[in-house]
Amino acid sequence: MPDVIPADSVGIVTPQIAQFDTPLALSCGQSLSSYQLIYETYGTLNQSASNAILICHALSGDHHAAGYHAMSDSKPGWWDTAIGPGKAIDTNKFFVIALNNLGGCCGSTGPTSINPETGQRWEASFPIVTVEDWVESQARLADLLGIQTFAAIVGGSLGGMQVLEWSIRFPTRLQSAVIVASAPKLSTQNIAFNEVARQSIRRDPDFFDGNYIDNNSVPTNGLGLARMLGHITYLSDDAMGAKFGRQMRHDSYQYNYGIEFEVESYLRYQGEAFTKRFDANTYMLMTKALDYFDPASQTNGDLSAVLSRAQCEFLLVSFTTDWRFSPERSEEIVNALVKAGKSVSYAKIEATEGHDAFLFPIPRYMTVLNTFLTRVANRLTTEIK
Amino acid sequence: MRSDLEIIDEWVQPNIRVLDLACGPGELLHHLIKNKQVNGYGLEIGHDDLNICIEKGIPVLEQNIDEGLQNFDDQSFDLVLMTHALQQFRRPDLLIDEMLRIGKECIITFPNFGHWRSRLHLALKGRMPVSDFLPYNWYDTPNIHFFTFQDFERLCKEKNIKVLRWAAVDGQLKDHWWIRSMPNLFSETAIFHISR
Repeated sequence: MPDVIPADSVGIVTPQIAQFDTPLALSCGQSLSSYQLIYETYGTLNQSASNAILICHALSGDHHAAGYHAMSDSKPGWWDTAIGPGKAIDTNKFFVIALNNLGGCCGSTGPTSINPETGQRWEASFPIVTVEDWVESQARLADLLGIQTFAAIVGGSLGGMQVLEWSIRFPTRLQSAVIVASAPKLSTQNIAFNEVARQSIRRDPDFFDGNYIDNNSVPTNGLGLARMLGHITYLSDDAMGAKFGRQMRHDSYQYNYGIEFEVESYLRYQGEAFTKRFDANTYMLMTKALDYFDPASQTNGDLSAVLSRAQCEFLLVSFTTDWRFSPERSEEIVNALVKAGKSVSYAKIEATEGHDAFLFPIPRYMTVLNTFLTRVANRLTTEIK
Repeated sequence: MRSDLEIIDEWVQPNIRVLDLACGPGELLHHLIKNKQVNGYGLEIGHDDLNICIEKGIPVLEQNIDEGLQNFDDQSFDLVLMTHALQQFRRPDLLIDEMLRIGKECIITFPNFGHWRSRLHLALKGRMPVSDFLPYNWYDTPNIHFFTFQDFERLCKEKNIKVLRWAAVDGQLKDHWWIRSMPNLFSETAIFHISR
């Protein structure tokens, strides 16, 4: 809880809701006749509407990327370390938009929303949405806000996939793309992890084939287990070792299945805390969006061919201990962009935090991000002059 | 701009694809992108240099050249450059092979250890030369291979590498007739334009 709002915070922010009544055709063949997107904005849009940055969130992110909703909030938004006045994504220079993606559970239309056609909650019947669908819906939000071209679109992990899709689908609608700790498609191992996460949810007897709210139930065990698994893969072996080692709960072994090691307690806590703020159907949808993303499939697996459509400048960032989206995966994108002759810079940041590093204010990471975006901002001001 | 870079600039055709290995703060690449409209990329591992490149808008990739260049396809660049860096890599001979695999042509510049002052320093003082241009001690120098103008020429001959042209300049990076006539003795920086 902040006693006072820090000087480099965007302060108290209020989410807004955009209503869309033009049907959105989805990759799966279904369409959404109407839907809502919840979003927040930080900073001021300039007169030519050229200084907007779109933030794309990852698996469990939402529209609350920076600042506080109330003075009683225990924590600021999920990327507050990077977004704010004077920060890497400088709200003195940019108008920053963060939204909750379709299928989410934080205010945008998703499985917990009411299906207007039935008057019932969507739950299991909510169609599977893809990265492509998200980007389409984000473009409509941009239209609504009067933004033709983004100065930059920024995202980490699954968010980075959305940025990549933007660069291919709407090449003239962004000047620069920042893709952090991401990949051009999931590896087999990553799909496998997602399947274990989904199975742990689906096999929870409280899941009721996805219609758990109707059954006054919450699949906390399954969702918690999925989050525990995810959490292990977001951290590096070293980071976990440094944090917990073999620290014990008791002075000696208890020889039972209670908590012996502190890491067990930590994981259980993380799993349980997650079930209080996240919806299991949304989690399943997000993992499917990850699995399906593969823009190179449009060009017979040739990533550089599909990226030849892009026109923006790219910055790619990876982290040395990230094994869920390893530096090699970012380098696949880098190499394809070089092959296609696109403007790209790439930084491989030394970090101990594993995949989670993309959420940490690692000094060199923030410097690289800030340097790249400062140039984007400077170019905007020279263009206006 | 350093005059060895000016010489390179004269040799580079406009609108080509250029890869600059160990590009440092991107001085040459910046110039080539602005004035020759090349599609250029730099490789670098120095954090400050990388940042300067990003600041200037020079496409730069953080990649350790000693760990290989397999990510670049055969003949995928018109020109591969390396200025004042070849002496810093583990296997300069294999690196030249790689450069010629990736690039149709290469331009390499290096400090000529056969310069008379280096020879005199070693001959009279009996100690490894330390100069303004190579200001390191033997134990902390990043320059782990020292070679001369002639050594490089010989390597090219052994590998059947064509020397398209060369230049040799002194400490002030000026071109004089005596340097041109005896480059191994008088040049401090050698510049080679090579191909297969």
